[in-house]
Amino acid sequence: MKQMSDQLDLTVDGEGSTADGRNALLEIRNLRKRFGGIDAVDGIGFDIEPATITGLIGPNGAGKSTTFNLITGVYRPDGGTVRFAGEDVTGFRPNQLAKRGLVRTFQITRELNEMTVLENMLLAFKGQLGEQLYRSVLPVLRREVVEQEHELLASVWEILELFELDHLAHEEAGTLSGGQRKLLELSRALLTNPEMLLLDEPMAGVNPSLEQHLLERIHELHGEGYTFLLVEHDMNVIMEHCERVIVMHQGQILADGSPAEIQQNEAVIEAYLGGEV
Amino acid sequence: MTADDGGRLSSLAKYVPGFLTASDDRPRWLDDLRLILLATAVVYLTFILLGLIGGLSINGITRELQAVTLLSASIALVVLALNLHWGYTGLFNIGIAGFMAVGAYTTAMVTASPDARIPGLGLSLWIGIPAGMIAAALVGFIVALPALRLRADYFAIVTLAAAEVIRRLYNSSSLDQFELFGIALGTGSGRGIRDFPNIRNTVSRHILYADPGGPSDPYPWGQLLFTIGEEFDLIAFVIERIVYTLFIIVLVILVFVLLTRTANSPFGRILKAIREDELATKSLGKNTNRVKIKAFMLGCAIMGLAGIVWQGSRGNVTPDLFMPIITFYIFIALIIGGSGSNAGGVVGAVLFAGLLFDGPPMVERAVNNLVDLPRTNTMNDALIGLANLDPEVFFGYVMVQMSSLRFMLFGIVLILLMIYRPDGVLGHRNEPAAAIDLRKQQAPDHEETNEVDETDE
Repeated sequence: MKQMSDQLDLTVDGEGSTADGRNALLEIRNLRKRFGGIDAVDGIGFDIEPATITGLIGPNGAGKSTTFNLITGVYRPDGGTVRFAGEDVTGFRPNQLAKRGLVRTFQITRELNEMTVLENMLLAFKGQLGEQLYRSVLPVLRREVVEQEHELLASVWEILELFELDHLAHEEAGTLSGGQRKLLELSRALLTNPEMLLLDEPMAGVNPSLEQHLLERIHELHGEGYTFLLVEHDMNVIMEHCERVIVMHQGQILADGSPAEIQQNEAVIEAYLGGEV
Repeated sequence: MTADDGGRLSSLAKYVPGFLTASDDRPRWLDDLRLILLATAVVYLTFILLGLIGGLSINGITRELQAVTLLSASIALVVLALNLHWGYTGLFNIGIAGFMAVGAYTTAMVTASPDARIPGLGLSLWIGIPAGMIAAALVGFIVALPALRLRADYFAIVTLAAAEVIRRLYNSSSLDQFELFGIALGTGSGRGIRDFPNIRNTVSRHILYADPGGPSDPYPWGQLLFTIGEEFDLIAFVIERIVYTLFIIVLVILVFVLLTRTANSPFGRILKAIREDELATKSLGKNTNRVKIKAFMLGCAIMGLAGIVWQGSRGNVTPDLFMPIITFYIFIALIIGGSGSNAGGVVGAVLFAGLLFDGPPMVERAVNNLVDLPRTNTMNDALIGLANLDPEVFFGYVMVQMSSLRFMLFGIVLILLMIYRPDGVLGHRNEPAAAIDLRKQQAPDHEETNEVDETDE
């Protein structure tokens, strides 16, 4: 198995940004993270092309969430590199990555409980004048801040309507249902004007009709040129909605290919059925 | 399904008091002012009543009212700063007294005469006060740098330790007098610093008199105040105190406006988001460390200011003025008012100073004037009295020991608050953090977006 994943790694490397002329948006090389004696992520590498939807799957403990946390700066990798839009961003903090357009959502939603939906949404915009303390406080400068708040609010209402959250605008985020929180997180992430969205189990705990709604939004955004990488447990979602699937197992990449290829891959089937642990 | 969920939730919101429509159509600040004035009126009426029962003259009652107002306003100043730290940003700062000490000591050292026993720079107060605030902010910065990497409870320990280190440094005999870049300075160790301008007198005399050194030759408004004062038998000393109290109230108003603007802004939104979930805030591209340090330094500067105009205003500063107990007074006041709301903080300060701190001695005076209780001096006697079914002896003890027993009162009030009103006397006040009032915003009617939605689906 080790041999096999090494081979896959090589082929992935072969498809690198320069080989086929297309620039990969996200390039992961030899990424490593150890927790105690366990190699949670053991030297993985892959590229994500712009305007694609890629699924990252694997059995529990395969290292998917750790990979996410390494890419988005929650954890600092022990080795390897992360490049985003041509820039080496290895070890950058989450806020630095979000500023560059690499934005994530969380497996367990991290809405800001005691803030209303509107506050949650308004927080997301980049480059708000009023984030400078002096502008928010000084009499004349504050006028510009107020003006900008009105403009931002207009965009917030638009996206709330799109995600059918507008009727909840004044509710505190903590009172929303699980699915609504997922919608809130995704729409909030969108307001940061990202290039690439990393969604950690976006469908977990979402009821079927909301799930459909979320998937429609993701496809729409994909059509607009957004790039997605999602960790998901729901095989139907992965197989029907992703163009490419990366399978992780025991901290390594087990397989990488189209959904159809993955479904035929015996190593993947074995890993999922727990043949070899 | 979504519509159903939403309907249920918004109908729930109706049962949460003051959840969405706390202020009807009033602007927010008017609503706040009404609450603060209401709390002040409660305290004033209680004091006037107790003063009359206690046999005080108008002059005496005025002095009591002035004293409680000065204490309320001074505490309010610190409570507002703590609300920025703890209420808005979730920074559990229990080193307030230390930052106040830095402010007061720096001002004293900058303004003390170079020829005094403890020499200073001999500069004017108008340089000394900003210098004190800047020094407190810088100390805040130094404490914040390592401490902000820590989680809430560890951060609290660091601030508490820093405050004690600061107090002990000022208490240390090795810093009694020292030279810095060839300039003689000193902290006066345990005895503190005495020979610097009395801020209370300096400020009030500058406001009242054309020649504050005199003091004589009052300004027209000074003359007007003295004339009114004469009608009520108020001596010039009391007028000066009242003017100083008004000065502190103006400071409270300025700080209130400053911090309310800070909270109701995109900056304040980040503060609130940090309190809720720092990682989520970082993941939205916010540099939370920089924002936390800015907020912490601003709060420390205000704490420094409060140290200068409150504990440092008597013309002497000593380490004993900045014991950790001060920090806990401020916390009690903020908890009473409810953290996260500036108006709540001021209401808490007024109620704490009025009813818990200065109130019990007024009750003692009133009761002693009304009934002749036996002067029971020990708790032993009091309990024996109670066992002998002689409550007079017990109440006599309570009255004699009122000023110590009020510390028990603080504890009892805190426990009751935790049980019955954990969000403070004003209850849960959610004030959306934005430069515009979000509670009044409604979705615009977009015919065209609806059409787009339909074609999509």
